[in-house]
Amino acid sequence: MTQSATESTADERVRQVSTLRKWLTRPELAAVAGSILVFIFFAVVAGDSGFLTSGGTSSYLEVAAQLGIVAVPVSLLMIGGEFDLSVGSMVGASGMIIAIGTTQYNLPLWVAVLLALAFAVIVGLFNGYVVVRTGLPSFIVTLGMLFALRGLTIGFARLITGRTQVGGLEQTTSGSPLQPIFAGSIGGFPISILWWLGLAVLGTWFLQRTTFGNWIFGAGGDATAARNVGVPVNRVKITLFVCTACSAVLLATIQVLAAGSADVLRGQLLELQAIAASVIGGALLTGGYGSVVGAVFGALIFGMVSQGIFFTGISTDWFQVFVGVMLLVAVLFNNFIRSRAQEAR
Amino acid sequence: MTESTPLVEVRDVSKYFGSVIALEDISLHVKAGEVMCLLGDNGAGKSTLIKILSGVHQPDKGAYLIDGEELWFESPRDAIDRGIATVFQDLSMIPLISITRNFFLGREPTKGKGPLKRFDVAFAERITREELSNIGIDVRDTSQPVATLSGGERQAVAIARAVYFGAKVLILDEPTSALGVKQAATVLRYIARAKEQDLGVIFISHNVYHAHAVGDRFTVLDRGRSMGTFEKDETSIEELEKLMAGGKELDELTAELQENGSSESEATTAQSNDQESNE
Repeated sequence: MTQSATESTADERVRQVSTLRKWLTRPELAAVAGSILVFIFFAVVAGDSGFLTSGGTSSYLEVAAQLGIVAVPVSLLMIGGEFDLSVGSMVGASGMIIAIGTTQYNLPLWVAVLLALAFAVIVGLFNGYVVVRTGLPSFIVTLGMLFALRGLTIGFARLITGRTQVGGLEQTTSGSPLQPIFAGSIGGFPISILWWLGLAVLGTWFLQRTTFGNWIFGAGGDATAARNVGVPVNRVKITLFVCTACSAVLLATIQVLAAGSADVLRGQLLELQAIAASVIGGALLTGGYGSVVGAVFGALIFGMVSQGIFFTGISTDWFQVFVGVMLLVAVLFNNFIRSRAQEAR
Repeated sequence: MTESTPLVEVRDVSKYFGSVIALEDISLHVKAGEVMCLLGDNGAGKSTLIKILSGVHQPDKGAYLIDGEELWFESPRDAIDRGIATVFQDLSMIPLISITRNFFLGREPTKGKGPLKRFDVAFAERITREELSNIGIDVRDTSQPVATLSGGERQAVAIARAVYFGAKVLILDEPTSALGVKQAATVLRYIARAKEQDLGVIFISHNVYHAHAVGDRFTVLDRGRSMGTFEKDETSIEELEKLMAGGKELDELTAELQENGSSESEATTAQSNDQESNE
């Protein structure tokens, strides 16, 4: 077969797929469409009570950013076929390490943050190794870590400080160059938004455009098949567990510096919210399918709903109802999209 | 490498799983431009042998030679690096990701340097399309998920992938077993084409007709032992089939059934007697 003949037939074939249809089979479609709908809803219902002001925008973007920072690596891990339920506890633990380190042991802030990061790497490695070596479901392994880590945090915090909250970080951190990097603001918008978007770009690039990203899809889609063609599946999964744990440290640093205090209960339910954001964003619970962009929009929906409800004047008690319904609708929609993707020709 | 040196050879290989003898003293070899067929019923040890050949398992006894050089594989990756590509029954493909991503999974082409080193998607898509049309299948869009392909097409993608990555020896694990008649014929054609390209092919099957159509040499396995190796011109489909079915055992069974047939009338009367006494 000649080269030119090959290419011309191939090209003809490619053009038969309409761009619309291609776009309709993207995993993040539901999350993008959902974000637009939610935005329109609150713009109409709560537009004149402050949802559309820069203050309102900043408030929901901050909530979205804090969830999104964790949701990006969590979605990668889910595409890689595993869960990490310990991220929420990791946020509480690393917040405490930073707060206790700086206030009780007078460590420079950067040392305390590095200490928390080192701890996160150990937790991530532990999660990853146990999952990979024992073959136990990561759901169970990290559920154990969720309880153990939270317990350790509460126990040690009480042992060292006698309390479960540590405040007064302002004196030790106010002059630190890390303060504006993690808790500064640009034009009234918290800098955490930049971290969120930066991570989103980085995560998307890694997933879509690097060798490692292809391995994530392989490891999550079918670990045995991926191993057979030479993908280091275990290394991929362990790396992803370390990434989720480290993202928890980033979030904890941002929270501690912004609030000037740490609480042992920080990050509770965050692990489930991150999974929900990823699933709304099109990630499959069984792995091998999903997108970082989807998780970013999933987090955005979370942010808009949690703050939007406040602006509508409806009691925020109803927030979780909204989230629950949203999650179900999104999953149904994603299911439909995925079956379309498998038929698409 | 001289013409007579086999690309791959195993000598007197044995593999045990605890007290189970999976393979005992198996020898086989394949040369360039040759299709070596491995025949056997379920549980004959075909899968274990493939796993040894492809580096998944290490044998407990025996020798493994590549181009006449004795060595052991630590992992499937080692085997791939030495040009031995295995297309497993599950095809080692991820249904939900694109044909291109599957094609290059584990061996992604990259461009750029250092932290900007990245997966060269455009190159990957072009090569995938070219390689697939070389082997004779038209895919409309290589970014569509593998799940949209038929069984035969997936097989073709897996074979094209192995050939593209410089396989000198192709090990095909039951490539035709899950396919319809037409698709099986297509896959057999791919095998013939691989042979023309001077590859060595080890074709595992329990379908004698498929094997005989493309094979040059046949080794029959039964319960972990070799029943012998035959050149194409010294054997026939019937003979191979008989060997696979366990020749002697089948003869005994036939004899037994005939015996039963003659004593059938006695059996029925005995049975009716039983029923009467039960009532």
